[in-house]
Amino acid sequence: MLDKNGIAKRIAKEVQDGYYVNLGIGIPTLVANYVREDIEVEFQSENGVLGMGPFPFEGEEDADIINAGKQTITTLPGASFFDSAMSFSMIRGKHVDLTILGAMEVAENGDIANWKIPGKMVKGMGGAMDLVASAENIIVAMMHTNRAGASKLLKKCSLPLTGVGCVKKIVTNLAVLEVTEGGFKLLERAPGVSVEDIKNATEGKLIVEGDIPEMTL
Amino acid sequence: MINKKVDSVQEALQGVQDNMTFMFGGFGLSGIAENSIAELVKKNIKGLTCISNNAGVDDFGLGLLLHKKQVKKMISSYVGENAEFERQMLSGELDVELIPQGTLAERCRAAQAGFPAIYTPAGYGTEVAEGKETREFDGKMYVLEHAFKADFAFVKAWKGDAAGNLIFKGTARNFNPNMCGAAKITVAEVEELVPVGTLDPNQIHIPGIFVQRIFQGAKYEKRIEQRTVRQRG
Repeated sequence: MLDKNGIAKRIAKEVQDGYYVNLGIGIPTLVANYVREDIEVEFQSENGVLGMGPFPFEGEEDADIINAGKQTITTLPGASFFDSAMSFSMIRGKHVDLTILGAMEVAENGDIANWKIPGKMVKGMGGAMDLVASAENIIVAMMHTNRAGASKLLKKCSLPLTGVGCVKKIVTNLAVLEVTEGGFKLLERAPGVSVEDIKNATEGKLIVEGDIPEMTL
Repeated sequence: MINKKVDSVQEALQGVQDNMTFMFGGFGLSGIAENSIAELVKKNIKGLTCISNNAGVDDFGLGLLLHKKQVKKMISSYVGENAEFERQMLSGELDVELIPQGTLAERCRAAQAGFPAIYTPAGYGTEVAEGKETREFDGKMYVLEHAFKADFAFVKAWKGDAAGNLIFKGTARNFNPNMCGAAKITVAEVEELVPVGTLDPNQIHIPGIFVQRIFQGAKYEKRIEQRTVRQRG
C-alpha cells in the first residue's frame, strides 16, 4: 500500500517532457517533488504563475509570490505572472497538458465530486470546475477509501458534482485505474496489495483483465 | 494627462453607500485593497454584496467586513480559512454564491470588455448550472454566465501614476486587472504612486482609462497566509 508520497511518486511517472502541468492542493502538490530531473516541465498555478519553483529559503518569503494554496513559493528562470482571466484561458483553452487533482468521490463514468459536503464542508470549488470541464488529461490523486473505510470509487457520486465524465485516470494508495466505458479498469496494483483487496475497496464496477502487474516506483 | 489622483482613501471612497455591489481584487490575502477595506470598515456601511475570489481570514481582508456584519452576500469561488464566515453562512445570515474561479474572472472581464455574457464549460452538469441557459457548441455543452454589474471595484497595484496606469507585482496581480473598469467606479490603491512619465508605457498592465480614482495606500501589512520555506544546504 502506498502513502501520500507514494501516490505522488507514481503520478510523477505520468509527467512527460514538455508538459505544462497544473497541480491541485494536497497530494497533487507533492508530485512536483518526484518529477524526473532530465525532463523539462513547467508548473502552472491558477492564481497566476507559470514556472513555479520550490518553497523559498527562510527569510526570502514574498507575500506577493504565492501558489493557489496560498503558500509562499519561488519562480524558476523563464517563469511568468499573469491575471486570473489569462490563467483560466490557459486552462479552459486546453493549453495545460496535464491536470492532477484530489477528489472525495469518483464515479465509474468519470464524474468527480470534490468541492462540497452539504451542511458540513462548504469551502467552494476554487478552480476545480474550470479545470475538470476543459482538461483532456486529468489524473485524480486520492486515497481509495475515506476515513470511515467507505469506497471513494463509486457507481455514482453521492456528493454534489464538480464535473461530469471527465476523469481519465486515478492513482490511489491501492491501485492505478483507468476510467473506461465499462467502468474502472484496473491497470496496476500498489506494492503488497492484491486484486482482491482492490475489489473489496471499490464500490463501482471494476474491470480486471489478465494479470495485473505491481506498480514500479 | 487626465488626472485620476485623489489625496486620501476618504476621497477615493466618496459615494459608497449601503446595499451597493463591490468587486475586490486579491487571491487569498495577496493583492487585496487593504486601505480601501479598512476605510469601508470605518464607514460601517451595510448590506453589501461583495464579489471576491475569497472572503479573507477571520481578522484580515474581507473578514473584517464580515466580522462587523456589513456583508449581505458574497460571490466567491473559495471561502475556507474563515470561521466567522462559515458560521454566518451555515446560520443563513449571509447569502453565499459559490462559482468557479475561471467563471468569476471571466464575468469580471466580460463587464470590463462590454460583453453581456459568456459561455463556459465550467460547471456544466453540476448544481452551479442549475436554472441557467446551456448550449451545445461542436458537441460540447456550455453554460451561459452573465457579466457582473457592480458599483465600485477596489483594486490594488504595485505601482501607479496620476493618469491611473497600473503595474502589478507577482501573483498579487490575480483578479485586480480583470476588475479594473468592470464596475461603475474603479478605485485603485498602489504601494507607490510615481510621477507621471516615469512608468515605461511598454510595461503598463492596466491603462489609466479603466481607473477613475487612484491613491497611494498609507501602509501595507501584506500578511502571508501559509508561510512555507525550505532549509538551506
